[in-house]
Amino acid sequence: MSTIDHPHDDVGIHVTPYPVIEPGHTFGSVTDKISALTLQRRTPLWWFIAFGISFALTNVLMFSIGYLVLTGIGVWGNNIPVGWAFDIINFVWWIGIGHAGTLISAILLLLRQNWRTSINRFAEAMTLFAVACAGIFPLFHTGRPWLAIYWLFPYPNTMNIWPNFRSPLMWDVFAVSTYATVSALFWFVGLIPDFATLRDRAQSRPFKIVYGMLSLGWRGSAKHWARYEALYLLLAGLATPLVLSVHTIVSFDFAVGVLPGWHATIFPPYFVAGAIYAGFAMVLTLTIPLRKLFHLEDFITMRHLRNSAKVMLATGLIVAYGYMMEAFTAWYSGSEYEGFMMKNRIWGGPYWWAYMLLILCNVLIPQILWAKRMRHNTLVLFAVSLVVGVGMWLERFVIIVTSLHRDFLPSAWAMYRPTIIDFTTFFGTIGLFLTLLLLFIRFLPVISIFEMRTILPQAEVKEEEA
Amino acid sequence: MHIKDTLPALYKIRRPLKAEDVRARLAAKQGKEYWRSLEELAASEEFEEFLHREFPRQAGEWDDEPSRRTFLKVMGASLALAGLAGCSYQPPETIVPYVRQPEELVPGKPLFFATAMPHTKGATGLLVRSNEGRPTHAEGNDLHPGSLGAADVFSIASILTLYDPDRSETVQYRGEIRPYTSFLADVRTTLDALKAKQGAGLRILTETVTSPSVAALLKQITTALPQARWHSYEPAGAHAATQGAALAFGQPVHTIYRFDRADRVLSLDADFLAAGPGELRYARDFIDRRRVIEGKSEMNRLYVVETTPTNTGAKADHRFAVRPSELEQFTRALAVAVGAQNTPALVGSAPHPDAIAAIAKDLQGARGKSIVIPGDYAPPTVHALAHAMNAALGNTGQTVVYTDPLAFYPNNQPVDQIADLRALVGDIDAGAVEMLLIVGGNPAYNAPVDLAFRDKLKKLFDQKKLTAHLGLHFDETSEWCQWHVPEAHFLEAWGDARAYDGTVSIIQPLIAPLYRGRSALEFLSALTDTPEKSGYDIVRDFWRTQPQMSGDFERAWRRAVHDGLIAGTALPEKTVALSASASSQAASAPAAAVGSGQFEIVFRPDPSVYDGRYANNGWLQELPKPLTKLCWDNAAHISPATARKLFNVDNQEDIATYKGIEYMAPVVTLSYRGQTIKAPVFILPGQPDDVVTVHLGYGRTRVGRVGAGTAQQPVGFDAYQLRFADAPWTATGAQVAATADSYQLVGTQLHFNMEGRDIVRSETLEEYRRGRDDAQSEHVVGSDARTGDEGVGRAGPGVGKEVHKEPGVNETLYYNYDYVGYKWGMAIDTTACVGCNACVIACQSENNIPVVGKEQVARRREMHWLRIDAYFKGLAENPEGVYFMPVPCMHCENAPCEPVCPVNATVHDAEGTNNMVYNRCVGTRYCSNNCPYKVRRFNFLRYQDFETESLKLMRNPEVSVRSRGVMEKCTYCIQRIQAAKIESEKEAGRQVRDGEIQTACQSACPTNAIVFGNLNDRNSMVARWQHEPRAYGVLTELNTRPRTQYLSELRNPNPEIRGA
Amino acid sequence: MKTRRERPPFYGLMAEFDNPTDVVTAARAVHEAGYRRIDAFSPYPIEELSEAVGMHTTKMSLIVLIGGLIGLIGGYGMQYYLSVINYPLNVGGKPLNSWPAFIPITFETTVLCAALAGIFGMLALNGLPEPYHPVFNTPNFALASRDRFFLLIESRDDNFDRTQTAEFLRSLGPREVTDVEY
Repeated sequence: MSTIDHPHDDVGIHVTPYPVIEPGHTFGSVTDKISALTLQRRTPLWWFIAFGISFALTNVLMFSIGYLVLTGIGVWGNNIPVGWAFDIINFVWWIGIGHAGTLISAILLLLRQNWRTSINRFAEAMTLFAVACAGIFPLFHTGRPWLAIYWLFPYPNTMNIWPNFRSPLMWDVFAVSTYATVSALFWFVGLIPDFATLRDRAQSRPFKIVYGMLSLGWRGSAKHWARYEALYLLLAGLATPLVLSVHTIVSFDFAVGVLPGWHATIFPPYFVAGAIYAGFAMVLTLTIPLRKLFHLEDFITMRHLRNSAKVMLATGLIVAYGYMMEAFTAWYSGSEYEGFMMKNRIWGGPYWWAYMLLILCNVLIPQILWAKRMRHNTLVLFAVSLVVGVGMWLERFVIIVTSLHRDFLPSAWAMYRPTIIDFTTFFGTIGLFLTLLLLFIRFLPVISIFEMRTILPQAEVKEEEA
Repeated sequence: MHIKDTLPALYKIRRPLKAEDVRARLAAKQGKEYWRSLEELAASEEFEEFLHREFPRQAGEWDDEPSRRTFLKVMGASLALAGLAGCSYQPPETIVPYVRQPEELVPGKPLFFATAMPHTKGATGLLVRSNEGRPTHAEGNDLHPGSLGAADVFSIASILTLYDPDRSETVQYRGEIRPYTSFLADVRTTLDALKAKQGAGLRILTETVTSPSVAALLKQITTALPQARWHSYEPAGAHAATQGAALAFGQPVHTIYRFDRADRVLSLDADFLAAGPGELRYARDFIDRRRVIEGKSEMNRLYVVETTPTNTGAKADHRFAVRPSELEQFTRALAVAVGAQNTPALVGSAPHPDAIAAIAKDLQGARGKSIVIPGDYAPPTVHALAHAMNAALGNTGQTVVYTDPLAFYPNNQPVDQIADLRALVGDIDAGAVEMLLIVGGNPAYNAPVDLAFRDKLKKLFDQKKLTAHLGLHFDETSEWCQWHVPEAHFLEAWGDARAYDGTVSIIQPLIAPLYRGRSALEFLSALTDTPEKSGYDIVRDFWRTQPQMSGDFERAWRRAVHDGLIAGTALPEKTVALSASASSQAASAPAAAVGSGQFEIVFRPDPSVYDGRYANNGWLQELPKPLTKLCWDNAAHISPATARKLFNVDNQEDIATYKGIEYMAPVVTLSYRGQTIKAPVFILPGQPDDVVTVHLGYGRTRVGRVGAGTAQQPVGFDAYQLRFADAPWTATGAQVAATADSYQLVGTQLHFNMEGRDIVRSETLEEYRRGRDDAQSEHVVGSDARTGDEGVGRAGPGVGKEVHKEPGVNETLYYNYDYVGYKWGMAIDTTACVGCNACVIACQSENNIPVVGKEQVARRREMHWLRIDAYFKGLAENPEGVYFMPVPCMHCENAPCEPVCPVNATVHDAEGTNNMVYNRCVGTRYCSNNCPYKVRRFNFLRYQDFETESLKLMRNPEVSVRSRGVMEKCTYCIQRIQAAKIESEKEAGRQVRDGEIQTACQSACPTNAIVFGNLNDRNSMVARWQHEPRAYGVLTELNTRPRTQYLSELRNPNPEIRGA
Repeated sequence: MKTRRERPPFYGLMAEFDNPTDVVTAARAVHEAGYRRIDAFSPYPIEELSEAVGMHTTKMSLIVLIGGLIGLIGGYGMQYYLSVINYPLNVGGKPLNSWPAFIPITFETTVLCAALAGIFGMLALNGLPEPYHPVFNTPNFALASRDRFFLLIESRDDNFDRTQTAEFLRSLGPREVTDVEY
């Protein structure tokens, strides 16, 4: 395993002033501290409060969807020409957030960034829940979800009617479901050894049994470890192109269309960058309070926050480049439609404020992260991550609504206004996300215990003695 | 009530009962009565006979005390019939189908019957489609001179009125339901009392009567009762024309224009292309002389001088906006210029003086081949001057012919209807009215405000005088009449009516009255000795005596009913001489003076709901008005400059506020002679400054769920509140003041600027003549893989305009599909489109398109498959012109909507139509997002009414009714394509002939602006049109390869007029 | 080679160490001593340890490759068959076999099958899930998931001799050596 091979690499633990784990920890202390979070008897009060709120929001989501299915898409603000609005905005936003986890656990693993170790478990969980929230929208944005739920899959039927594999929405179905499946399994595989740890630590019998079953009887055999590690590396290798493909395909939903503002070759890279951008923002949004509440400063150190900030800065610049290129191609193409679209988007049209806010949130404000002082100020990081979250949502609003509301024939131009149900659905998914997340941090180890062990100094085999 | 009362007709025919008849009985019932009627059926003797034949085996049992088992069987039988209730009810009398005998009625095969839609300005001949006995769609009657196969929005939408669930269903006495017989009894007793006084005190109030048999019946009544008086009032009648004629000729005449002979046309505030009389015929004739196609390169020229923008103004080569007060001066100056007047002194400050000379010169250049047509709502003097000009230009007898008046009047003496109504009101005040029968119309709502007709009715009501109102709806007038009698829709009753040229059509019913309504004939016959006489008998007995049907009456009748018109009934041309006094009278007529700071209000019947009579018709309410695209409301139209002045803003756009997406129009108060109303403002480019145009027909308070507004949600405002008897069309010196309020106006088009895009191509005739040659040399030679013809990438004739090039057909990585056999396509001539909306309504009727309501239109979820875009060219101040563009689905060969559908719900068929598979659609709306033409419509909610019984009967059984969550769009009327193909295949597999398939929009179009057919047939009209130099596709640079192509708009300006 | 019928009364001998270096050293010694039915247990993956107990290669890569190929061919094959052979439709003038449009789904199915094959392959080869295993009877074995390292010699090993093997293990400096009961 990489972290074993290179305990002394330059991002390793001895060189930098911000170690990935505070010194003085032993296998025992790491194990006990992290498993204690899960196994402790009493649940902190703040958890109950947070859960109450999130669960209430989840019920708002259930109501909104129920009302939607019973009444029709008309309860939303969508219209002709703006056929897609909050539904697809939220879908893309959530799926984007759902990229950081797999990215951290897969790509950073391949890049041998061992600082990922203490946040990957958490990030993967976040990924899963974000994808779960995202998955709601493609289904329920359809006019007849009771049919879409199975007509979107190539199931054999007597009529021999099959899906249209040329449609980017079809690609979405495959991409998102594959991504969800692989991430979930990846996550579970990572959990197996920790389930074993919890099994061996748990006091109460029911927990012993449950964790015992989940651990599949893992006993830490060296032979198992060998295959396990091999697979983990392979999965990382598979997940890396997968995670890139997912948002590429999501961007195809637009890039394949003829619509000015959608039909752009820049979309795949710039969507992927945006996804990572949003994903790391969400990681920060969640880890900063979490490490405080659970006193995990030892394991989730400033190093992690700083590196995440750097990733945000980098991807943020790529996204900014994307905005630039959109404007440039609009001008360079010489197409009157592209040109008008850009003008309408930036200052001519009624939604200019959305674009301005987007630039402010995604391009201007994050630049303060260039300053070291800012990068090391958790409050600032937290604030910036929230701002970026908003900015990325606005980006999708600009791309979808502003492009649709004024397209080719001026006679068809119209305005779009969301309804209350649009908002309840959106905030409802945030509730669902937080609910799942809270259950996760209460009942599962938020940090990969066995991987934490590997990055302890004493984890290495001293060859000179052996 | 026993069923025998309900269908006397069935009793007349003593023949064994057939299933149809039973169904007819069931059909005559509705709502809660339903079950009761079944029991009655089971009880009636014919039903027993019927059962004997239907269930011979039980015949024995049935005579005995029925066992429970048998009883269930029998009730089962009647229930089964109940299920069929919608399916077939022919009216009991024999009617004559257009193509086949009704006896040949084959379930599933529609029949077409000729009839006519009566309209005060002249009837429109129709062919109405009947599916299993239900009229479902109205089209024009080719043989009818007022239609020539086209239809207007009112005729087509009449189908919905027929099935309107809000129609009045019962006879009412002061709000209580009564049988018709007791109404007759009441009339009889009162009449007997009046007979002594020779009918003094009996008053009959009709609308303008164009029906010979009604006129005859009225004559018969008034002869029997000499003291009885017949008044007629029409809110939007041709009052001015009548007076103008009297002024010019000293006698009443009706003017008919022959646009098919005219090269130069001057319209003086006449909207002859879109608003009657004879607009369908006039539009056809006018456009036919404008159609530059197949080498023909001559076109007529149209000057329009108007006080408010109209469709006709939109098609003008030169349009001059004048205030109503200026119209007369302009006309006078022009009259002097063409030598029809000799009093230059009076030509003071005529507007557009420079143009007048040029127009006059142009008109004189076309002596005998020009037309000067005054508008129905222009003042009488303008009419007189127009007559004089036509005489001076030698048009009389050539392009302008005169006949006797079209409408019927007491003793054939045309009366000024407003004066006539005033007289009636006077008599009511004098207490001279004992009995008042109001035959149709709605005077309590639409009478001039100063006549306070509603109060007069109340007075009679309180005095318990016998007042009765015959109407389709229980409306404002019914409210204050003792009796209300439900009127039979014209598709339910026999009658006759004159077309704009006098040609009479027999109106034959296609269905037995749904609500036991009475026609005007049957209603009026209550005053005769044969009060129960059926309309059928009345009409036949009348025509039996007429010269046109002398000889073999049955044959003549049959022919007349079959053809939809009675040959030789057109009004004969008559020669009239200008009375010497005419010019001097006209000269001395004073021009109205307008004080500064005062406004002029122009009243017009609404293009959708006319004078208010169609207010409860959802199709018409939601029909976007031609120039403003507003629906569900009327508005006060003002010019941009006026708007800036009223709201003192620098940019007229600023006056509009948005609440979310809702366009909130500012509200102004309009005050005139102490009357004040509030009206939302709509800024209409081309409106003369300081002139406010308001449309009549809105603000109904009592009509039905669609048309009657509430205080919270009004349906428009009632402009009649400002309309005075002596100023029916123009209120001069009105006050207009801005208020702080705002009101939501909804429309289907918010942006009227083409943004310099290549959408509607327009050019002048000169440019075209030059451009045609250039264009031909400009072909992008990429020979068409399918037809091998060149010029697919043709740049089009747009001279001096950057035109996008369509990629050649072979510029593809893929292969092209070749469409052997049929290859359907459409071509639309924008020069010919007058924006009359007939196609939109026809599409709605043919394809079961739902009405979504104001709130949904505000959200931009209207469902029309076909829309007519209107683009204003030039400055808002003085637009160079308005351009109409009907936009159906383009049926692109490379349809962008198709590849993005995840479930293959929209795909191509072998003939290249872009089909929508409703059953398969899951409603992702991706196809609509990716449609550059935005012609797809989505059922965001369940817009269709699946509950209302009557609406079920209305629907076209050939077109599936879509529910929520499904995308839909224009199908090229694929059901008609299939029908034609089946017909052709039955005949030894011949090809479908060109023109055999008429899409709904095409067949409704008065100007033949739309052609449809097989592009593989090089000689088909559509193929020829698509190879015209004027032909082009919209947004073809996206390589969509639209099957629907357009012909560019041509204008023929007069080079001598500046700015041309 | 002993057969299962005459298996010894207990599973094997377990030596307990408290740091990774010792267990690796011991494991190598045991392997050199010719023991083959050996295994080691550690709270985290130690590559040297796996190699010491004789795990030099795993079949994981091959399994994942096969899975991927199945997904690749299956994915494109499905799209081709359904769009070209089973129910051909003219969709917006695109060719029946719109191969560029079929690539994304082919890619996804490839990744999906590869990942599934890998995960279930790993579990299968590791014989998981296996709720009961004799080594769990080892005292302190719960610490194998915390901070202890164990080295096991199975009784079925050819060179296994209860006393000698135990002695040998003790000589490697473990905390203690215990019997592992079935």
